[in-house]
Amino acid sequence: MLAKRIIPCLDIKDGRTVKGINFKNLRDAGDPVALAARYAQEGADELVFLDISATEQRRRTLQTLVLNVAKALDIPFTVGGGIASLEDAHRVLKNGADKVAINSAAVKTPDLINTLAAEFGNQCIVVAIDAKQVDHQWKVHLVGGKEPTDLDLFQWAQEVEQRGAGEILFTSMDHDGTKNGFACSALAALSKKVRLPIIASGGAGNIDHFIEVFQEGNADAALAASVFHFDEISIPELKQNLKNNHLQIRL
Amino acid sequence: MKVAVIDYGAGNVKSVSIALDRLGVANVLTDDPQQIRSASHVIFPGQGTAGMAMQKLKSKELDRLLPTLKQPVLGICLGLQLLFEHTDEGFVAGLGIIKGQVKRFEGALKIPQMGWNQLTSLNGPLFEGIASGTYMYLVHSYYAPIVPETTGVAFYGLDYSVAVQKDNFYGVQFHPEKSGKAGRCLLQNFLKLR
Repeated sequence: MLAKRIIPCLDIKDGRTVKGINFKNLRDAGDPVALAARYAQEGADELVFLDISATEQRRRTLQTLVLNVAKALDIPFTVGGGIASLEDAHRVLKNGADKVAINSAAVKTPDLINTLAAEFGNQCIVVAIDAKQVDHQWKVHLVGGKEPTDLDLFQWAQEVEQRGAGEILFTSMDHDGTKNGFACSALAALSKKVRLPIIASGGAGNIDHFIEVFQEGNADAALAASVFHFDEISIPELKQNLKNNHLQIRL
Repeated sequence: MKVAVIDYGAGNVKSVSIALDRLGVANVLTDDPQQIRSASHVIFPGQGTAGMAMQKLKSKELDRLLPTLKQPVLGICLGLQLLFEHTDEGFVAGLGIIKGQVKRFEGALKIPQMGWNQLTSLNGPLFEGIASGTYMYLVHSYYAPIVPETTGVAFYGLDYSVAVQKDNFYGVQFHPEKSGKAGRCLLQNFLKLR
């Protein structure tokens, strides 16, 4: 049976891991390669690296980082943050990343999804969607949730699927940073609208939240950052608990 | 020992090369028939879509070379699927080393299947030291049927071939280069073949 996946997310700024809450009060958390290797050792099923740096140097540092991560890791990893063209994606994939995540660029230029899928295959293309509820409707937001759009989450997810994405990474801005649990009802609804695998993100605070997101939210994978970075949840303990709750888990 | 990793520039084969580096094995990414013919082992990861892959192989006449190779050959992911006669992905003919037809997953399944799945009914030298129930990482929308050459089975809506072997031709649907310790063990087993 296919296992549910646990995915730690590492925020990267200028080649270093940073820890913070909602991109605020960032502090250096060390070498991303060493942290990634530790998570892999502890049983992470996959990793996501999100580049949040905005300097001119970002391309080169990111490229070096991707190659170093690829050399150190023997589990799959996704790289996102600022990927806006075929060239950006190619640079990340040729250095050993398994998938690229695109977010704002996909909304601004939806054809980018088709282009990337045709070039590298759907399996490489993760479309990240940030959304929150506005008047009880889930609306897609850009730039880490700051810029609202008129796009409906579910319609956009269907379009993304039709255009050839291989996976959706859905972050609920309403839940992100709250530690009150994932957006389970929206996730369950999303799973009915599209047939793509869905990574749930935003809201992880304790082990029960992960059980809920798989049992009620019907997610295929759960992503979290701070609960892992701040050692609030250990991956081996989490995975054992999920297994005890009759979820399919790779131990 | 020198491993040729077939690369026609349509995606990520770097991970395979890095995994071989990690094992201390000399390897070259190539689409050159001479380098492929003279390698001790050949790995065919398959990149992009089936139609595009066959087209790239044909442009270098590798579609005719590959079935004549005598050294151990390992197809990974699409590389396994193209060992078969035909695939429904783009409705193209494969290399025809193994009889059968690759089909698309159907029903109420998420497509692609993405993540870690368990292997069962394991057979043959590739799985030395790898227990039934071991998880490997895979990503695919099309699957190979169970055939006499099946040496490993996984379940996703139905049982399908996750590993095959015919003579010196081996195929695995999962990515050993991305499957942690178990994947490393499989690659080592392949490299031990003569």
